[in-house]
Amino acid sequence: MRDVFVLGVHMIKFGRYPEKTVPELGADAVIGALKDAGMTMSDVEIVTCGNLYQSNAMVGQRVMQIVGQTGVPVVNVSNACATGSTAFREAYFSVASGAYDVAMAIGVEQMGKMGLLGGGGGAGDPAYSTEGVLGTGIMPGVFGMAGVEHMRKYGTTLEQFAQISVKNHKHAMTNPLSQYQVEVSLEDVINARMVAYPNTLYMCCPTGDGSAAAILVSEAKAKQYTSKPIKVAASVLTSDPYTERDLTLPDINTLTKNASKEAYEKAGIGPEDLDLIELHDCFATAEMLHYENLGIAGEGEAGRLVDEGATSIGGRIPVNASGGLLSKGHPLGATGVANVYEVVQHLRGNRGAGQVEGAKVGLAHVIGLGSACTIQILTN
Amino acid sequence: MVQATETAPAATGTQKKPIVPFLALEDGEPYLKGTKCPKCGAHYLGARMACSKCFNTEGFEDVKLSREGEVWVYTIVYQSFPGAEVPFVGAIVDLPEHVSVRCNLKNVKADPEHVKFGMKVRMKTGPVDYKDKEGNMQTRKDREGNEVIAFWFEPVSGA
Repeated sequence: MRDVFVLGVHMIKFGRYPEKTVPELGADAVIGALKDAGMTMSDVEIVTCGNLYQSNAMVGQRVMQIVGQTGVPVVNVSNACATGSTAFREAYFSVASGAYDVAMAIGVEQMGKMGLLGGGGGAGDPAYSTEGVLGTGIMPGVFGMAGVEHMRKYGTTLEQFAQISVKNHKHAMTNPLSQYQVEVSLEDVINARMVAYPNTLYMCCPTGDGSAAAILVSEAKAKQYTSKPIKVAASVLTSDPYTERDLTLPDINTLTKNASKEAYEKAGIGPEDLDLIELHDCFATAEMLHYENLGIAGEGEAGRLVDEGATSIGGRIPVNASGGLLSKGHPLGATGVANVYEVVQHLRGNRGAGQVEGAKVGLAHVIGLGSACTIQILTN
Repeated sequence: MVQATETAPAATGTQKKPIVPFLALEDGEPYLKGTKCPKCGAHYLGARMACSKCFNTEGFEDVKLSREGEVWVYTIVYQSFPGAEVPFVGAIVDLPEHVSVRCNLKNVKADPEHVKFGMKVRMKTGPVDYKDKEGNMQTRKDREGNEVIAFWFEPVSGA
Protein backbone atom coordinates (compact mmCIF):
# COMPACT_ATOMS: atom_id res chain seq x y z
CA MET A 1 0.00 0.00 0.00
CA ARG A 2 1.27 3.47 -0.80
CA ASP A 3 0.59 6.88 0.74
CA VAL A 4 -2.49 8.81 -0.32
CA PHE A 5 -3.06 12.57 -0.20
CA VAL A 6 -6.09 14.84 -0.31
CA LEU A 7 -5.37 17.34 -3.08
CA GLY A 8 -8.75 19.03 -3.37
CA VAL A 9 -11.87 19.20 -1.24
CA HIS A 10 -15.09 21.15 -1.24
CA MET A 11 -18.47 21.25 0.45
CA ILE A 12 -21.57 23.32 -0.13
CA LYS A 13 -23.41 25.06 2.69
CA PHE A 14 -25.70 22.49 4.25
CA GLY A 15 -29.36 23.44 4.24
CA ARG A 16 -32.43 22.88 2.13
CA TYR A 17 -32.32 23.00 -1.66
CA PRO A 18 -35.74 21.87 -2.88
CA GLU A 19 -35.07 23.48 -6.28
CA LYS A 20 -32.06 21.24 -6.97
CA THR A 21 -31.75 17.57 -7.88
CA VAL A 22 -29.42 15.17 -6.03
CA PRO A 23 -26.96 15.03 -8.99
CA GLU A 24 -26.95 18.84 -9.19
CA LEU A 25 -26.06 19.08 -5.50
CA GLY A 26 -23.28 16.54 -6.09
CA ALA A 27 -22.02 18.44 -9.14
CA ASP A 28 -21.64 21.63 -7.06
CA ALA A 29 -19.25 19.81 -4.74
CA VAL A 30 -17.36 18.13 -7.60
CA ILE A 31 -16.74 21.38 -9.47
CA GLY A 32 -15.52 23.01 -6.25
CA ALA A 33 -13.21 20.11 -5.36
CA LEU A 34 -11.68 20.00 -8.86
CA LYS A 35 -11.03 23.73 -8.71
CA ASP A 36 -9.47 23.34 -5.27
CA ALA A 37 -7.19 20.60 -6.64
CA GLY A 38 -6.34 22.50 -9.81
CA MET A 39 -7.69 19.62 -11.90
CA THR A 40 -10.47 18.90 -14.37
CA MET A 41 -12.65 15.83 -14.81
CA SER A 42 -10.17 14.54 -17.39
CA ASP A 43 -7.65 13.99 -14.57
CA VAL A 44 -9.98 11.81 -12.47
CA GLU A 45 -9.46 8.06 -12.95
CA ILE A 46 -12.18 6.64 -10.69
CA VAL A 47 -15.22 8.04 -8.86
CA THR A 48 -16.90 6.76 -5.71
CA CYS A 49 -20.22 8.31 -4.79
CA GLY A 50 -21.97 8.05 -1.45
CA ASN A 51 -25.72 8.58 -1.31
CA LEU A 52 -28.38 6.84 0.74
CA TYR A 53 -31.89 7.81 -0.30
CA GLN A 54 -31.35 7.35 -4.05
CA SER A 55 -28.96 4.44 -3.67
CA ASN A 56 -30.83 2.48 -6.34
CA ALA A 57 -30.53 5.30 -8.88
CA MET A 58 -26.91 5.62 -10.07
CA VAL A 59 -26.25 8.98 -8.46
CA GLY A 60 -22.51 8.93 -9.28
CA GLN A 61 -23.13 8.44 -13.00
CA ARG A 62 -25.82 11.12 -12.98
CA VAL A 63 -23.33 13.55 -11.43
CA MET A 64 -20.87 12.65 -14.22
CA GLN A 65 -23.57 13.36 -16.80
CA ILE A 66 -23.50 16.94 -15.49
CA VAL A 67 -19.78 17.48 -14.83
CA GLY A 68 -18.18 15.37 -17.55
CA GLN A 69 -18.75 11.89 -18.98
CA THR A 70 -15.22 10.54 -19.12
CA GLY A 71 -16.25 6.91 -18.97
CA VAL A 72 -14.13 6.06 -15.91
CA PRO A 73 -15.34 3.55 -13.29
CA VAL A 74 -18.04 4.89 -10.97
CA VAL A 75 -18.93 3.04 -7.78
CA ASN A 76 -22.07 3.96 -5.85
CA VAL A 77 -21.85 3.42 -2.11
CA SER A 78 -24.39 3.25 0.68
CA ASN A 79 -23.54 2.57 4.34
CA ALA A 80 -26.09 4.42 6.50
CA CYS A 81 -24.62 7.58 8.06
CA ALA A 82 -21.14 6.30 7.12
CA THR A 83 -22.05 6.43 3.42
CA GLY A 84 -19.87 9.40 2.45
CA SER A 85 -16.96 8.29 4.59
CA THR A 86 -17.13 4.80 3.07
CA ALA A 87 -17.00 6.39 -0.41
CA PHE A 88 -13.93 8.32 0.78
CA ARG A 89 -12.33 5.10 1.98
CA GLU A 90 -13.04 3.34 -1.32
CA ALA A 91 -11.36 6.24 -3.14
CA TYR A 92 -8.47 6.00 -0.67
CA PHE A 93 -7.95 2.30 -1.47
CA SER A 94 -8.21 2.93 -5.19
CA VAL A 95 -5.07 5.05 -4.88
CA ALA A 96 -3.36 3.22 -1.99
CA SER A 97 -3.53 -0.06 -3.92
CA GLY A 98 -1.62 1.48 -6.81
CA ALA A 99 -4.46 0.85 -9.25
CA TYR A 100 -5.24 4.56 -9.76
CA ASP A 101 -3.38 7.83 -9.22
CA VAL A 102 -6.41 10.13 -8.94
CA ALA A 103 -9.70 9.19 -7.30
CA MET A 104 -12.69 11.32 -6.44
CA ALA A 105 -15.08 10.71 -3.54
CA ILE A 106 -18.48 12.38 -3.60
CA GLY A 107 -20.99 12.50 -0.76
CA VAL A 108 -24.43 13.90 -1.45
CA GLU A 109 -27.88 13.78 0.12
CA GLN A 110 -31.23 15.49 -0.18
CA MET A 111 -33.46 14.82 2.80
CA GLY A 112 -35.70 17.87 2.82
CA LYS A 113 -37.69 17.99 6.02
CA MET A 114 -37.66 14.24 6.41
CA GLY A 115 -38.49 13.48 10.03
CA LEU A 116 -37.47 10.72 12.40
CA LEU A 117 -35.24 8.02 10.96
CA GLY A 118 -35.00 4.35 11.76
CA GLY A 119 -37.50 2.17 13.58
CA GLY A 120 -39.07 -0.73 11.85
CA GLY A 121 -41.36 -3.69 11.75
CA GLY A 122 -44.76 -3.79 10.15
CA ALA A 123 -43.47 -4.29 6.62
CA GLY A 124 -46.50 -5.25 4.61
CA ASP A 125 -49.07 -4.55 7.34
CA PRO A 126 -48.79 -1.50 9.61
CA ALA A 127 -50.66 -3.40 12.33
CA TYR A 128 -47.35 -5.16 13.01
CA SER A 129 -45.23 -2.02 13.32
CA THR A 130 -43.36 -2.12 16.62
CA GLU A 131 -42.32 1.51 17.20
CA GLY A 132 -43.84 2.69 20.45
CA VAL A 133 -45.19 -0.79 21.13
CA LEU A 134 -42.00 -2.81 21.59
CA GLY A 135 -39.92 0.11 22.81
CA THR A 136 -38.12 2.36 20.34
CA GLY A 137 -35.79 1.80 17.41
CA ILE A 138 -35.85 5.29 15.93
CA MET A 139 -32.58 7.19 16.16
CA PRO A 140 -33.53 9.64 18.95
CA GLY A 141 -34.68 6.71 21.07
CA VAL A 142 -31.61 4.58 20.40
CA PHE A 143 -29.18 7.42 21.12
CA GLY A 144 -31.27 8.42 24.12
CA MET A 145 -30.80 4.95 25.57
CA ALA A 146 -27.08 5.01 24.70
CA GLY A 147 -26.81 8.22 26.72
CA VAL A 148 -28.82 6.79 29.60
CA GLU A 149 -26.41 3.86 29.64
CA HIS A 150 -23.58 6.35 30.20
CA MET A 151 -25.62 7.99 32.97
CA ARG A 152 -26.15 4.59 34.58
CA LYS A 153 -22.49 3.57 34.41
CA TYR A 154 -20.81 6.86 35.27
CA GLY A 155 -23.38 9.26 36.72
CA THR A 156 -23.28 11.55 33.69
CA THR A 157 -25.95 14.27 33.83
CA LEU A 158 -28.38 15.74 31.33
CA GLU A 159 -26.62 19.09 31.86
CA GLN A 160 -23.29 17.62 30.74
CA PHE A 161 -24.87 16.28 27.55
CA ALA A 162 -26.60 19.63 27.02
CA GLN A 163 -23.26 21.46 27.35
CA ILE A 164 -22.05 19.63 24.22
CA SER A 165 -24.92 21.13 22.26
CA VAL A 166 -24.07 24.61 23.59
CA LYS A 167 -20.45 24.14 22.48
CA ASN A 168 -21.25 22.88 18.99
CA HIS A 169 -23.78 25.63 18.35
CA LYS A 170 -21.18 28.16 19.46
CA HIS A 171 -18.57 26.64 17.14
CA ALA A 172 -20.95 26.92 14.19
CA MET A 173 -21.01 30.71 14.57
CA THR A 174 -17.63 30.81 12.77
CA ASN A 175 -18.70 28.38 10.03
CA PRO A 176 -20.62 30.00 7.16
CA LEU A 177 -21.27 26.53 5.67
CA SER A 178 -23.25 25.43 8.72
CA GLN A 179 -26.97 24.74 8.24
CA TYR A 180 -27.69 26.63 11.45
CA GLN A 181 -25.80 29.53 13.00
CA VAL A 182 -27.73 30.02 16.20
CA GLU A 183 -26.04 30.38 19.55
CA VAL A 184 -27.91 28.66 22.38
CA SER A 185 -27.46 28.84 26.16
CA LEU A 186 -27.46 25.89 28.54
CA GLU A 187 -30.95 26.96 29.64
CA ASP A 188 -32.15 27.08 26.02
CA VAL A 189 -30.94 23.53 25.45
CA ILE A 190 -32.30 22.10 28.69
CA ASN A 191 -35.65 23.86 28.34
CA ALA A 192 -36.16 22.95 24.68
CA ARG A 193 -38.80 20.30 24.13
CA MET A 194 -37.73 16.78 24.96
CA VAL A 195 -37.45 14.49 21.92
CA ALA A 196 -36.23 11.32 23.63
CA TYR A 197 -34.72 11.57 27.11
CA PRO A 198 -32.12 12.89 27.70
CA ASN A 199 -31.88 14.52 24.25
CA THR A 200 -33.91 17.71 23.80
CA LEU A 201 -34.49 19.30 20.40
CA TYR A 202 -31.13 21.14 20.34
CA MET A 203 -29.37 17.91 21.24
CA CYS A 204 -30.62 16.24 18.03
CA CYS A 205 -29.08 16.93 14.61
CA PRO A 206 -31.34 18.31 11.89
CA THR A 207 -32.12 16.67 8.55
CA GLY A 208 -31.17 18.58 5.43
CA ASP A 209 -29.49 18.66 2.03
CA GLY A 210 -25.82 18.94 1.22
CA SER A 211 -22.80 17.65 -0.67
CA ALA A 212 -19.05 17.41 -0.42
CA ALA A 213 -16.31 15.99 -2.61
CA ALA A 214 -12.62 15.17 -2.25
CA ILE A 215 -9.83 14.42 -4.73
CA LEU A 216 -7.39 11.79 -3.47
CA VAL A 217 -4.06 11.30 -5.21
CA SER A 218 -0.76 9.44 -5.06
CA GLU A 219 2.35 11.15 -3.69
CA ALA A 220 3.88 11.68 -7.12
CA LYS A 221 0.68 13.24 -8.40
CA ALA A 222 0.35 15.45 -5.31
CA LYS A 223 3.85 16.83 -5.82
CA GLN A 224 2.93 17.98 -9.34
CA TYR A 225 0.19 20.20 -7.97
CA THR A 226 1.15 21.40 -4.48
CA SER A 227 3.97 21.73 -2.01
CA LYS A 228 1.58 21.24 0.92
CA PRO A 229 -0.54 18.14 0.38
CA ILE A 230 -2.64 16.70 3.20
CA LYS A 231 -1.79 13.08 3.93
CA VAL A 232 -4.38 10.43 4.71
CA ALA A 233 -2.46 8.72 7.53
CA ALA A 234 -5.21 6.17 8.16
CA SER A 235 -8.57 5.23 6.68
CA VAL A 236 -10.42 2.58 8.66
CA LEU A 237 -13.83 0.95 8.47
CA THR A 238 -15.32 -1.44 11.03
CA SER A 239 -18.68 -3.13 11.56
CA ASP A 240 -20.37 -4.08 14.82
CA PRO A 241 -18.78 -7.19 16.33
CA TYR A 242 -20.80 -9.51 18.59
CA THR A 243 -21.53 -7.98 21.97
CA GLU A 244 -24.27 -9.19 24.27
CA ARG A 245 -26.86 -6.43 23.76
CA ASP A 246 -25.89 -5.26 20.24
CA LEU A 247 -28.82 -6.95 18.50
CA THR A 248 -31.26 -5.21 20.85
CA LEU A 249 -29.57 -1.87 21.59
CA PRO A 250 -27.02 -1.13 18.84
CA ASP A 251 -23.61 -0.96 20.53
CA ILE A 252 -22.06 2.19 19.09
CA ASN A 253 -19.02 1.95 21.34
CA THR A 254 -17.21 -1.28 20.52
CA LEU A 255 -16.89 -0.76 16.77
CA THR A 256 -15.71 2.83 17.33
CA LYS A 257 -13.10 1.67 19.82
CA ASN A 258 -11.96 -0.98 17.35
CA ALA A 259 -11.75 1.58 14.56
CA SER A 260 -9.81 4.13 16.60
CA LYS A 261 -7.32 1.54 17.82
CA GLU A 262 -6.67 0.41 14.26
CA ALA A 263 -6.48 3.98 12.95
CA TYR A 264 -3.97 5.08 15.61
CA GLU A 265 -1.82 2.03 14.89
CA LYS A 266 -1.87 2.67 11.14
CA ALA A 267 -1.08 6.36 11.58
CA GLY A 268 1.59 5.62 14.19
CA ILE A 269 0.12 8.14 16.62
CA GLY A 270 -2.01 8.19 19.75
CA PRO A 271 -5.06 10.23 20.73
CA GLU A 272 -2.76 12.66 22.57
CA ASP A 273 -1.22 13.65 19.21
CA LEU A 274 -4.52 14.92 17.76
CA ASP A 275 -5.05 18.66 17.31
CA LEU A 276 -8.72 18.44 16.36
CA ILE A 277 -11.54 15.95 15.91
CA GLU A 278 -14.68 16.01 13.83
CA LEU A 279 -16.85 13.24 15.27
CA HIS A 280 -20.35 11.92 14.75
CA ASP A 281 -22.53 13.97 17.10
CA CYS A 282 -25.85 12.92 15.58
CA PHE A 283 -27.09 13.45 19.13
CA ALA A 284 -25.36 15.19 22.03
CA THR A 285 -25.25 11.88 23.89
CA ALA A 286 -23.24 10.31 21.05
CA GLU A 287 -20.47 12.91 21.24
CA MET A 288 -19.97 12.19 24.95
CA LEU A 289 -19.58 8.46 24.32
CA HIS A 290 -17.13 8.99 21.48
CA TYR A 291 -14.74 11.01 23.69
CA GLU A 292 -14.05 7.71 25.41
CA ASN A 293 -14.33 5.58 22.27
CA LEU A 294 -11.69 7.72 20.53
CA GLY A 295 -9.45 7.66 23.59
CA ILE A 296 -9.38 11.40 24.38
CA ALA A 297 -11.00 10.57 27.73
CA GLY A 298 -10.62 7.50 29.92
CA GLU A 299 -13.61 5.23 30.60
CA GLY A 300 -16.21 7.23 32.51
CA GLU A 301 -14.24 10.47 32.25
CA ALA A 302 -15.95 12.08 29.27
CA GLY A 303 -18.22 14.16 31.50
CA ARG A 304 -15.18 15.72 33.13
CA LEU A 305 -13.78 16.64 29.70
CA VAL A 306 -17.00 18.57 29.07
CA ASP A 307 -16.86 20.25 32.49
CA GLU A 308 -13.30 21.41 31.77
CA GLY A 309 -14.23 22.81 28.34
CA ALA A 310 -11.39 20.76 26.87
CA THR A 311 -13.26 20.10 23.62
CA SER A 312 -14.07 23.73 22.80
CA ILE A 313 -12.00 25.69 20.30
CA GLY A 314 -9.09 26.93 22.40
CA GLY A 315 -9.32 23.86 24.63
CA ARG A 316 -6.95 20.92 24.83
CA ILE A 317 -8.60 18.97 21.99
CA PRO A 318 -11.26 20.87 20.02
CA VAL A 319 -14.11 18.63 18.88
CA ASN A 320 -16.51 19.57 16.09
CA ALA A 321 -15.08 22.99 15.32
CA SER A 322 -17.46 22.97 12.34
CA GLY A 323 -20.50 23.05 14.61
CA GLY A 324 -20.86 19.30 14.31
CA LEU A 325 -23.88 17.47 12.99
CA LEU A 326 -25.91 19.22 15.69
CA SER A 327 -25.48 22.59 14.01
CA LYS A 328 -23.68 22.16 10.69
CA GLY A 329 -26.28 19.55 9.73
CA HIS A 330 -26.28 15.92 8.69
CA PRO A 331 -27.28 15.20 5.09
CA LEU A 332 -26.38 11.53 5.55
CA GLY A 333 -24.35 10.76 2.41
CA ALA A 334 -22.46 14.08 2.54
CA THR A 335 -21.43 13.96 6.19
CA GLY A 336 -18.39 11.69 5.90
CA VAL A 337 -16.76 13.79 3.18
CA ALA A 338 -17.75 17.10 4.76
CA ASN A 339 -15.95 16.27 8.00
CA VAL A 340 -12.78 15.62 5.95
CA TYR A 341 -13.34 19.05 4.36
CA GLU A 342 -13.42 20.65 7.81
CA VAL A 343 -10.27 18.89 9.01
CA VAL A 344 -8.39 19.80 5.81
CA GLN A 345 -9.23 23.51 6.23
CA HIS A 346 -7.64 23.49 9.69
CA LEU A 347 -4.58 21.55 8.53
CA ARG A 348 -4.09 24.04 5.70
CA GLY A 349 -4.56 26.94 8.12
CA ASN A 350 -7.42 28.20 5.95
CA ARG A 351 -10.30 27.99 8.36
CA GLY A 352 -10.51 31.69 9.22
CA ALA A 353 -12.25 32.70 12.44
CA GLY A 354 -12.71 29.15 13.73
CA GLN A 355 -9.13 28.05 12.98
CA VAL A 356 -7.57 25.59 15.44
CA GLU A 357 -4.15 27.24 15.65
CA GLY A 358 -1.19 25.19 14.51
CA ALA A 359 -3.27 22.10 13.69
CA LYS A 360 -1.08 19.31 12.32
CA VAL A 361 -3.14 16.12 12.93
CA GLY A 362 -6.91 15.78 12.66
CA LEU A 363 -9.34 12.90 12.95
CA ALA A 364 -12.70 12.52 11.18
CA HIS A 365 -15.13 9.95 12.59
CA VAL A 366 -18.53 8.72 11.44
CA ILE A 367 -20.83 5.99 12.67
CA GLY A 368 -23.79 4.65 10.75
CA LEU A 369 -26.26 2.55 12.67
CA GLY A 370 -26.65 -0.99 11.74
CA SER A 371 -23.56 -0.50 12.09
CA ALA A 372 -20.53 0.96 10.28
CA CYS A 373 -17.76 3.12 11.72
CA THR A 374 -15.16 5.00 9.71
CA ILE A 375 -12.15 6.94 10.90
CA GLN A 376 -9.82 8.99 8.72
CA ILE A 377 -6.69 10.49 10.23
CA LEU A 378 -5.23 13.38 8.25
CA THR A 379 -1.88 15.15 8.68
CA ASN A 380 -0.21 18.13 7.04
CA MET B 1 -52.99 -29.65 -9.12
CA VAL B 2 -52.86 -29.06 -5.41
CA GLN B 3 -49.53 -30.03 -3.90
CA ALA B 4 -49.78 -32.56 -1.13
CA THR B 5 -47.55 -30.41 1.08
CA GLU B 6 -49.73 -27.33 0.77
CA THR B 7 -51.53 -26.47 3.98
CA ALA B 8 -55.10 -25.23 4.03
CA PRO B 9 -55.29 -21.46 4.42
CA ALA B 10 -55.77 -20.43 8.05
CA ALA B 11 -59.18 -19.13 8.98
CA THR B 12 -58.92 -15.36 8.75
CA GLY B 13 -60.23 -12.66 11.03
CA THR B 14 -60.64 -14.91 14.02
CA GLN B 15 -57.19 -15.27 15.50
CA LYS B 16 -54.83 -13.59 17.93
CA LYS B 17 -51.53 -13.01 16.14
CA PRO B 18 -48.22 -12.15 17.87
CA ILE B 19 -46.73 -8.80 16.80
CA VAL B 20 -43.34 -10.51 16.33
CA PRO B 21 -42.54 -14.15 15.54
CA PHE B 22 -40.62 -14.65 18.80
CA LEU B 23 -43.69 -14.03 20.98
CA ALA B 24 -45.27 -17.44 21.67
CA LEU B 25 -49.01 -17.38 22.28
CA GLU B 26 -49.87 -20.92 21.29
CA ASP B 27 -49.03 -23.02 24.34
CA GLY B 28 -50.33 -21.81 27.68
CA GLU B 29 -48.90 -18.69 29.31
CA PRO B 30 -47.27 -16.48 26.64
CA TYR B 31 -43.48 -16.35 26.58
CA LEU B 32 -40.61 -15.11 24.43
CA LYS B 33 -38.96 -17.73 22.26
CA GLY B 34 -35.20 -17.88 22.48
CA THR B 35 -32.39 -19.90 20.96
CA LYS B 36 -29.30 -21.26 22.64
CA CYS B 37 -26.08 -21.97 20.80
CA PRO B 38 -24.98 -25.49 21.87
CA LYS B 39 -21.34 -24.65 21.24
CA CYS B 40 -20.74 -21.37 23.11
CA GLY B 41 -23.94 -20.99 25.12
CA ALA B 42 -24.92 -17.60 23.66
CA HIS B 43 -28.66 -16.96 23.84
CA TYR B 44 -30.72 -15.08 21.27
CA LEU B 45 -34.23 -13.78 20.87
CA GLY B 46 -36.03 -15.80 18.22
CA ALA B 47 -34.65 -18.34 15.77
CA ARG B 48 -31.06 -18.34 14.46
CA MET B 49 -29.38 -19.63 11.30
CA ALA B 50 -25.95 -19.35 12.92
CA CYS B 51 -24.32 -18.10 16.09
CA SER B 52 -23.15 -14.54 15.66
CA LYS B 53 -20.69 -14.99 18.54
CA CYS B 54 -18.95 -18.30 17.64
CA PHE B 55 -20.25 -18.84 14.07
CA ASN B 56 -21.64 -22.33 14.81
CA THR B 57 -24.43 -23.28 12.41
CA GLU B 58 -25.87 -26.45 13.93
CA GLY B 59 -27.86 -27.90 16.80
CA PHE B 60 -29.56 -24.78 18.17
CA GLU B 61 -31.83 -25.39 21.14
CA ASP B 62 -35.21 -23.72 21.61
CA VAL B 63 -35.45 -21.95 24.94
CA LYS B 64 -38.47 -20.58 26.77
CA LEU B 65 -37.12 -17.26 28.01
CA SER B 66 -37.90 -16.03 31.52
CA ARG B 67 -40.86 -13.72 31.95
CA GLU B 68 -39.02 -11.63 34.53
CA GLY B 69 -35.97 -9.46 34.10
CA GLU B 70 -34.32 -6.18 35.05
CA VAL B 71 -34.30 -2.77 33.41
CA TRP B 72 -30.88 -2.08 31.92
CA VAL B 73 -31.55 1.33 30.31
CA TYR B 74 -34.51 3.31 29.05
CA THR B 75 -35.54 6.49 27.31
CA ILE B 76 -38.74 8.46 27.38
CA VAL B 77 -39.93 9.13 23.86
CA TYR B 78 -41.89 12.35 23.30
CA GLN B 79 -41.74 12.49 19.51
CA SER B 80 -42.50 9.39 17.48
CA PHE B 81 -44.25 8.16 14.37
CA PRO B 82 -47.88 9.15 13.80
CA GLY B 83 -50.10 6.78 15.73
CA ALA B 84 -47.62 6.01 18.51
CA GLU B 85 -48.94 7.26 21.84
CA VAL B 86 -46.39 9.58 23.47
CA PRO B 87 -44.78 9.90 25.86
CA PHE B 88 -43.87 6.27 26.37
CA VAL B 89 -41.03 4.59 28.20
CA GLY B 90 -38.88 2.54 25.82
CA ALA B 91 -36.50 0.22 27.61
CA ILE B 92 -33.93 -2.52 27.29
CA VAL B 93 -34.72 -5.33 29.71
CA ASP B 94 -32.08 -7.93 30.55
CA LEU B 95 -33.38 -11.47 31.08
CA PRO B 96 -31.52 -14.00 33.26
CA GLU B 97 -30.53 -15.98 30.12
CA HIS B 98 -28.29 -13.04 29.04
CA VAL B 99 -30.77 -11.97 26.40
CA SER B 100 -31.88 -8.37 26.13
CA VAL B 101 -35.35 -7.35 25.02
CA ARG B 102 -36.44 -4.02 23.60
CA CYS B 103 -39.86 -3.17 24.98
CA ASN B 104 -42.23 -0.62 26.39
CA LEU B 105 -42.41 -0.27 30.16
CA LYS B 106 -45.94 0.21 31.39
CA ASN B 107 -47.49 0.94 34.78
CA VAL B 108 -44.62 3.24 35.64
CA LYS B 109 -44.71 7.02 35.34
CA ALA B 110 -42.95 8.26 32.18
CA ASP B 111 -40.43 10.22 34.19
CA PRO B 112 -36.74 9.58 35.04
CA GLU B 113 -37.59 9.86 38.73
CA HIS B 114 -39.74 6.77 38.53
CA VAL B 115 -37.92 4.45 36.14
CA LYS B 116 -35.08 2.83 38.09
CA PHE B 117 -32.01 1.05 36.78
CA GLY B 118 -32.13 -2.61 37.77
CA MET B 119 -35.86 -2.42 38.47
CA LYS B 120 -37.44 -5.91 38.47
CA VAL B 121 -40.02 -6.17 35.73
CA ARG B 122 -42.38 -8.86 34.45
CA MET B 123 -43.69 -9.52 30.95
CA LYS B 124 -47.36 -9.03 30.15
CA THR B 125 -49.20 -9.50 26.90
CA GLY B 126 -52.34 -8.05 25.39
CA PRO B 127 -53.84 -6.23 22.44
CA VAL B 128 -52.39 -2.92 21.22
CA ASP B 129 -54.71 -0.06 22.14
CA TYR B 130 -54.87 3.13 20.13
CA LYS B 131 -57.16 6.10 19.64
CA ASP B 132 -58.98 6.25 16.31
CA LYS B 133 -59.67 9.49 14.40
CA GLU B 134 -62.79 10.11 16.47
CA GLY B 135 -60.80 9.65 19.68
CA ASN B 136 -62.31 6.29 20.56
CA MET B 137 -60.11 3.54 21.96
CA GLN B 138 -59.61 0.65 19.56
CA THR B 139 -57.40 -2.42 19.46
CA ARG B 140 -55.10 -3.05 16.54
CA LYS B 141 -56.29 -5.53 13.94
CA ASP B 142 -54.34 -6.64 10.89
CA ARG B 143 -55.65 -6.49 7.33
CA GLU B 144 -57.31 -9.85 7.75
CA GLY B 145 -59.05 -8.75 10.93
CA ASN B 146 -56.85 -10.73 13.32
CA GLU B 147 -56.18 -9.13 16.68
CA VAL B 148 -52.49 -8.20 17.09
CA ILE B 149 -51.02 -9.20 20.46
CA ALA B 150 -47.96 -7.41 21.86
CA PHE B 151 -45.84 -7.82 24.96
CA TRP B 152 -44.53 -5.25 27.41
CA PHE B 153 -42.91 -5.26 30.82
CA GLU B 154 -44.07 -3.67 34.04
CA PRO B 155 -42.69 -3.41 37.58
CA VAL B 156 -43.04 -6.59 39.61
CA SER B 157 -43.97 -4.59 42.70
CA GLY B 158 -46.11 -1.76 41.28
CA ALA B 159 -43.83 1.29 41.25
